[in-house]
Amino acid sequence: MVVEKPSLDTVWAWLSAVADPEIPVISLTDLGIIRDVQWHDDTLAVTVTPTYSGCPATTIINLDIETALRGHGIEKLTLKRQLSPAWTTDWLSDTGRAKLEAYGIAPPQPAGGPKQCPRCKSTEVEKISQFGSTPCKAQWRCTDCLEPFDYFKCI
Amino acid sequence: MSDHLFEYLCRMGDNTLVLGHRVSEWCGHAPVLEEDIALANTALDLIGQTTLWLDLAGEVEGAGRNADKLAFHRDVWDFRNLLLVEQPNGDFGQTMMRQFLFDAWHLGQLKALMDSSNAQVAAIAEKSSKEVTYHLERARDTVIGLGDGTEESHARMQAALNKLWPYVGEMFVSDDVDAALVAGGIAPDPASLRPAYDALVSDVFLAATLEKPQDDFAHKGGKSGKRHSEHLGHILTQMQWLQRAYPDATW
Ligand SMILES: [Zn+2]
Repeated sequence: MVVEKPSLDTVWAWLSAVADPEIPVISLTDLGIIRDVQWHDDTLAVTVTPTYSGCPATTIINLDIETALRGHGIEKLTLKRQLSPAWTTDWLSDTGRAKLEAYGIAPPQPAGGPKQCPRCKSTEVEKISQFGSTPCKAQWRCTDCLEPFDYFKCI
Repeated sequence: MSDHLFEYLCRMGDNTLVLGHRVSEWCGHAPVLEEDIALANTALDLIGQTTLWLDLAGEVEGAGRNADKLAFHRDVWDFRNLLLVEQPNGDFGQTMMRQFLFDAWHLGQLKALMDSSNAQVAAIAEKSSKEVTYHLERARDTVIGLGDGTEESHARMQAALNKLWPYVGEMFVSDDVDAALVAGGIAPDPASLRPAYDALVSDVFLAATLEKPQDDFAHKGGKSGKRHSEHLGHILTQMQWLQRAYPDATW
């Protein structure tokens, strides 16, 4: 029996359907943490970079990748961790940024703070703390609608 | 070289492990919710970095130990952290002063290690430096805010600085391990980091209206492992009790 290996494009498409466990509106490919996908003979090698060193989602992410790919019939699979180049919020996709904003999390900006309140779109915002509910987020507040909100901080 | 590198990696990993554990003691006890979250996040970053350093130490040693084995199965005399990071939390001000004094060194150290001839060391340093940049920013702002705050907060920050300054000197002391790593292009000469450190902390103390103690006397013995303070043993009884009561338990 000849089993054809799925193309790398197909594998990327599968991975783009795997949700981030902490912020399920964006996918692992939106987040930019899947750095490489390669076939080595009949083994699929996926390279993943962590967002933050201590992020507890990292082990769940690896498990979710493995579960998804095995579900698509991949039998031989290796996951490789890559630290350098270190993950940066510049790798968030444009789709990912738009999905974050729609979900109520202000996407990262080069200026180091949110462009606007993700709820009422006011630009009158102030920082509460550089640390938030997960390692990747800071806490901000809108001084117009008075709602606090998460900001996906630059790293 | 591999013995020296193992020793060096334990120093890096034990600093982040012991400080990460200390900072995590604040979880649920900080003065306000935002600070509680910030302290917990800082501790989480430090413990994450510990895993990277100590896993690499285990790999270099080649005796089958990983970060968990090194963290939970060694005793006080095997730890190589600076005396500064094992000092008790004290009040919130003392915790933040300790954090600032450490972060100011840690970021300079990591930036220098990014140029390491050892690619794995450089990669961990690159990753960690991004996180530590945020730690230093917050610690600096808090030291300035509390130092240049009320009479009460100012007095507490000055007392914290007076108490902790004697633990700063150890960060810049060299020994055979450092010399070997400098020779191999793996790590910077500790003394070379001092001028930038002194400039940074002096600027912050000026803004915080705090006075740097005149005496540069330094307690030593943490990073060499020769003489830890009595506090480390107490930390380990908390940190290691589960692995000691139920060896190699997993869940
Ligand atoms: Zn608003």
